[in-house]
Amino acid sequence: MKYQPVIGLEVHVQLLTNTKIFCGCSTRFGAPPNSQTCPVCLGLPGALPVLNKKVVEYAIRAGLATNCGIAPRSVFARKNYFYPDLPKGYQISQYELPICQNGHLDIEGEWGTKRIGITRIHMEEDAGKLVHADVPGLGNGSGVDLNRACTPLLEVVSEPDLRSADEAVAYLKKLHQIVVYLGICDGNMEEGSFRCDANVSVMPVGSDRFGTRAEIKNVNSFRFVKQAIEYEIERQIDLNEEGGKVIQETRLFDPASGMTRSMRGKEEAHDYRYFPDPDLVPLIISNDWVEDVRLSLPELPDLKMRRYQEELGLPPYDAEVLTASRELAEYFESCIAVYPQVKPVANWVMGEVTRALNDTGLAITVCPVPPLRLADLLALIDKGVISGKIAKTVFDEMWKSGKEPMAIVEEQGLVQVSDTGEIEAIIDGIMAANQGQVAEFRGGKEKVFGFFVGQVMRASRGKANPAVVNELLMKKLKG
Amino acid sequence: MELYELTIHELHGRLRKREVSSVEATKACLARIASVEPRINAFITVTADEALQAAEAADRRIAAGEIDLLTGIPVALKDIFLTKGVRTTCASRILQDYIPPYDATSWLKLKERGAILVGKLNQDEFAMGSSCESSAFGATKNPWNLECIPGGSSGGSAACIGAREATAALGTDTGGSIRQPASHCGCVGLKPTYGRVSRYGVIAYASSLDQVGPVTRDVTDCAIVLGAVAGHDPRDSTSVERPVPDYRAALIPEARGLKIGLPREYFIPGLDRDVKTAMDAAIAAFSGLGAEFVEISLPHTDYAVAAYYLIATAEASSNLARYDGVRFGHRASEAAGLIDMFMKSRAEGFGTEVKRRIMLGTYALSSGYYDAYYLKAQKVRTLIMHDFLKAFETVDAILTPVAPTPAFRIGEKTSDPLQMYLSDIFTIPVNLAGTCAMSVPAGISGSGLPIGLQLIGRPFGEETIIRAAYAFEQATEWHKRKAHL
Repeated sequence: MKYQPVIGLEVHVQLLTNTKIFCGCSTRFGAPPNSQTCPVCLGLPGALPVLNKKVVEYAIRAGLATNCGIAPRSVFARKNYFYPDLPKGYQISQYELPICQNGHLDIEGEWGTKRIGITRIHMEEDAGKLVHADVPGLGNGSGVDLNRACTPLLEVVSEPDLRSADEAVAYLKKLHQIVVYLGICDGNMEEGSFRCDANVSVMPVGSDRFGTRAEIKNVNSFRFVKQAIEYEIERQIDLNEEGGKVIQETRLFDPASGMTRSMRGKEEAHDYRYFPDPDLVPLIISNDWVEDVRLSLPELPDLKMRRYQEELGLPPYDAEVLTASRELAEYFESCIAVYPQVKPVANWVMGEVTRALNDTGLAITVCPVPPLRLADLLALIDKGVISGKIAKTVFDEMWKSGKEPMAIVEEQGLVQVSDTGEIEAIIDGIMAANQGQVAEFRGGKEKVFGFFVGQVMRASRGKANPAVVNELLMKKLKG
Repeated sequence: MELYELTIHELHGRLRKREVSSVEATKACLARIASVEPRINAFITVTADEALQAAEAADRRIAAGEIDLLTGIPVALKDIFLTKGVRTTCASRILQDYIPPYDATSWLKLKERGAILVGKLNQDEFAMGSSCESSAFGATKNPWNLECIPGGSSGGSAACIGAREATAALGTDTGGSIRQPASHCGCVGLKPTYGRVSRYGVIAYASSLDQVGPVTRDVTDCAIVLGAVAGHDPRDSTSVERPVPDYRAALIPEARGLKIGLPREYFIPGLDRDVKTAMDAAIAAFSGLGAEFVEISLPHTDYAVAAYYLIATAEASSNLARYDGVRFGHRASEAAGLIDMFMKSRAEGFGTEVKRRIMLGTYALSSGYYDAYYLKAQKVRTLIMHDFLKAFETVDAILTPVAPTPAFRIGEKTSDPLQMYLSDIFTIPVNLAGTCAMSVPAGISGSGLPIGLQLIGRPFGEETIIRAAYAFEQATEWHKRKAHL
């Protein structure tokens, strides 16, 4: 019997607001334990939640970017359960009436383009963190750090439309790119800004009934997601083929072994007793507000990629690389705005700029060579002031010193020599000193041409205009 | 007259004329407290030192010409209001030693005007009760008859005012918890419209029903305190952005032309004889003042108690989940693990009635029962609210009894929780509808126990019921009677 995997993903996106979703405490990561708390996020007696408007705006952005409908009226609900990292004994979330519904994302891969449905997006508060070791004064106990409690989250739930681990990863990467593009999330998976739970089941090919699903929780890298899902699919297929049954349960992925294992005993079936939170009023969102947010949305990656290909004429590979991050795309766009030679700029951004950023570990947002300076450099090549090869040297110096390209060219005397007289004189000198090779070339050994080019370039300290050198050298060698 | 017997407005007059100082008034209150507390047990915590310090500060303000209606006035707060640095227990073992790090907004407003806190008042634990018998700190006694309950859950507040232990008090009302004890102790108690007063810093029982309100000697004091605590609070999402009128402008002893509704569902045959006598006299008094009576119907009244005990307990079961021994409050000392710690801390910390209501509420919300109980109760609530809104299309106020009987004896109903619940029958519908209502002294029973009448107003219509209550009070003077202690 052949089986087909069915996968649905729930992603928790931590929002980049300055303050928490229901109180004014900072959301900054990495502060000393319980230093960013107040009666509200501590769940002290008498405290009440007050909704952060920015969170709603970010939720609307996410909904619009994923083609969801934005609910004109949505309601916060309490999800009740006991755990030390949940100060109130309930999490404020959304249940029956979430803010966004019925969206989709398109993913590209060896399958072509596939549309993955998004069931819903809702807002909720994060829980705190439990610390089990390495905290002074804890001894054998566990500590509760509530800095993270009440941090705003968006939960994005996909339809079970995914059919392979690769599709799942493609979906996650797409969603990740979108939330970072929107500026609502920093996408830092190690710090927990983007967390993924995968619901995996298998069913016989051709069947219309989904199998029992297992949930794999909190996998924090794309690589691990792929491994975890692949392992789980195999585990479930094996189980079915042996005549066993998949149990509905929560499982954890162990990166060391590459396996998922049951969280048996830790998560019994919970009855969360959801009910609308009486401390918050229903959220009414006007059409005007939605339209305002829509107008403020940045150009999204898919659209940008298409525009780069259709309007700018870039090949798909270039379009993909340049739009991978919004900041890189904006760098590129700033440059072509003043120097509209699309392909050279693309090459330089994907080439020298990216190499230098990687080597120095810098982000594009703090690139020492601003886009307008890069444009200046490319203009110099265009005008023949310097060769492409020399330009790379100039670029390195621009990176280190922050100086303008023309200043560097002048300082270092790098202006390209295109004067035919000057170049002819050099060629004459080289030919005179290498008569043996001249004879070889005239005797038919064409490869020797490269030797002469090298010699001329060396003699001119790289400044000779290569096109002129080629032309003159060819003329003189041929006699 | 003793200083502790003065109303806010009387004491304010004396303070303003420098006839008396806040320190003198506060000392008089504290002496009164020391004298009667062994018999009444209205207070859980008395803040004598802090009160005298605050009184001295108030006197300095007054000397500098800075005097407001509440400056230098000794007040007491139900122990459900968070008071920064002062123990707040909610009458529960689970918060026995809890010192809050912040003040309730309503208390802060009084404090900023110079009110003096003399102590925290006893109540039913977590506001769950109608008799003040379910406190972890013992029952409070009714000043009019020490063998009777003062009412609940704001029993301490009402007893305190009834026994003249403070000039004014604050209570909370979720199903009648200000109005019923006020009625039983012969004082004035008001439940404002839901959203009129901030709930921030008030320990939550049932979030959609709780409201803060004054418990005072007379209607004038009630208007003064309401004016001081009312208003939008950005920290409470359910508080309403609506300007606060000058409630004292409604203190006009005029009821001519006032249309008062008498709901037939509240004037049932078999009503306690003393209560009926008091109500009949009240109707006559109002008629004498020129008010007109209209018989109305509030057809869904019968479902109110059931709806309340599903909604309130459901919300409470969730609101009380935070008392888990992790961050504050009682934590069991011997626990085998996490779940054991949760269970033991709560089993040891909560009283019987609280446990009962948490279980009821959890059940009402549970999978398979949510639709039939919680959801259904909320739908019924909407119908009850519509009953009131419809009635207010034809009348200005609604007159009803507050409690089916005068105060019963301590211990009389503790073995039958349902019987206890049914005694809230006249006050609960007001909370479900979210509107305002006041209890005003209206008589004394044959056995010497106070009987109050209830005036229900339309949402944000406090001025109308203040006016009607004031007119009645000035014409009948029941508020001048006092308990003999």
